[in-house]
Amino acid sequence: MIDALLRSLIDGLLLGFVYGIAAMGLTLIWGVMNVINLSHGSLIALGMFSVYYLFIGLGIHPYVALVLTAFIGLIFGIIIYFIAVHRVINAPELSTLLATYAVNMMILGVGTAVFTTTPRNIPLELGSIQFGSTVITTTRLIAALVATLVAVGLFLFLKYSRPGRYIRAVTDNRDAAEIVGVPSAQVLALTFGLGTLLAAISGGLIATFFPFTILAGESYELKSFVIGVLGGLGNPVGSLFGGLILGVIEGLVPMAMPTTWTPVLEFVLFVLILLVKPNGLFGGEE
Amino acid sequence: MSEKLRQHASLWLSLAVVLIIGLWPIATGDALDRETAFTVLSAIALASSLNILLGYTGYVSFGHVVFFGFGGYVGFYTINALGWSLWLALLAGGLSAGLLAYLLGVGILRLRGAYFALATIGINEAVRAFINNFRPFGGPTGMTLNFSVYKAYGGAMHALELVFYIMVALTLLVTLISYWVRTSKFGLGLLAIREDEDAAEVMGVVTPVAKNWAFVLSAIVPGMVGALYFFKNGTIEPGLAFPLHTSIEMIVMIMLGGQGTVLGPIVGAGGYEMLRDYLLVSPLFKNLQLAISGVLLLLIVLFIPRGLVGWLRQRYAKVRRWLI
Repeated sequence: MIDALLRSLIDGLLLGFVYGIAAMGLTLIWGVMNVINLSHGSLIALGMFSVYYLFIGLGIHPYVALVLTAFIGLIFGIIIYFIAVHRVINAPELSTLLATYAVNMMILGVGTAVFTTTPRNIPLELGSIQFGSTVITTTRLIAALVATLVAVGLFLFLKYSRPGRYIRAVTDNRDAAEIVGVPSAQVLALTFGLGTLLAAISGGLIATFFPFTILAGESYELKSFVIGVLGGLGNPVGSLFGGLILGVIEGLVPMAMPTTWTPVLEFVLFVLILLVKPNGLFGGEE
Repeated sequence: MSEKLRQHASLWLSLAVVLIIGLWPIATGDALDRETAFTVLSAIALASSLNILLGYTGYVSFGHVVFFGFGGYVGFYTINALGWSLWLALLAGGLSAGLLAYLLGVGILRLRGAYFALATIGINEAVRAFINNFRPFGGPTGMTLNFSVYKAYGGAMHALELVFYIMVALTLLVTLISYWVRTSKFGLGLLAIREDEDAAEVMGVVTPVAKNWAFVLSAIVPGMVGALYFFKNGTIEPGLAFPLHTSIEMIVMIMLGGQGTVLGPIVGAGGYEMLRDYLLVSPLFKNLQLAISGVLLLLIVLFIPRGLVGWLRQRYAKVRRWLI
């Protein structure tokens, strides 16, 4: 009993790191430019397919393919920003919600036609590691480590690099940043690119242990919303903790009740936190 | 009389468009045309209802399909398990959706902008997940009507006809409600909330009450449409009742026609459904239907955010009194 509990707890925690990365992409974009990116889920799915085809088609090892996928995600995000978001960045939120949803429809439409909806999986067998009496799947452990590295990398980038400082300046006050010479359009494009990069990496990591289709992104997008709200929208560090909380919930709930109750709990929690603490569990008062 | 006719010109125009769509299959007598008209009319009814909240009040509900699904489930349950008639089921569907909106509204209408939109998505998913687990409503497999239910309405054929006439009546009703709200003092308060909620409050609009009634009004007809739709469908399950993309399609229809106008959602819903029909049957576009709708949506959002009716109103001052 204790063993089973420990095992689900660890499984959930490891998964939580990956969820956290996905949510970080969503919440970075929200925090910097006040845009809820409704194409997030399909971008996660594209990350899965990118790693899959680089591996199956070109024989590149999935973890190397992940680096390429991250780069592709960055470029793709910047392109999406200039085509779909830039023109409506100052319009009411309905415009950006719909613009990003339009991108979502295009990706899913073309994706369904090209990739079909047959489930795929990446045949990567790395076995598992024995820790005392518990067993950990290696791919999940590596995924959690990569996710942590990416999170730390993002933190350092935002804190110390020049573009990172620009991003923080635009977050605080876009007008003031423009006055002192920050190129805000480029900064917003870079932010959208980074958000997409995070989505693509999380998708690629998930693909190493779960089967997927082009439509698989939607459920991860919804999880990202829940996590983003748990950790505070616009707070990338909070997202990582939010991801861990969600991971633990997903790991432990099945011990107490049927698995199908998990989404009920998650979304009720989501709405309640929006109502009671819209800045997230770790956010201050408004 | 002619003065009155002119005063409400835009109402007559909107009602006429709905009536033409409703009478067209009766004129041709083709059952397939009737199916098409049913789809178009239910799209109009849903889009016009949502427009009361989204277009007039400025609150973006991304999960509005929850009222369609919830009303559908309650209506279906009353027919299937309690043996109620279709009329009572319609009433139950509408009232339960309205009640749900009232209770939800007390909580989530305090949220503004994107937070409200997020909360509505969360609620749709929560209700879907809950019903997935709710035994009396059949859980994940849903419920199926016993075929003999249709006997009370003169067999399945006649029941289908009856359902269509009710759909026409519901669409006319929602058009009337939409026009009444748009031109009433209550509606003026909603428009004020859309422009600036704090200013509206200062000017004497009791915003929490006004918003909540707008929410309830926008939920009742979708609940009735849901009850009707699933009675016609004969079976109901969570995946059919709460599809997130239907919520967004409603918004697309409103945007296409012009948010905040009475005629806009009618034109938008009709146009969208016709386009989708065309894309679905054309072999070239069948697989890319979703992608093309996406391109269309993006073009509207980027270049004509007011929609067709809004654009006409802005471009030609003379048509403004004819097109609300």
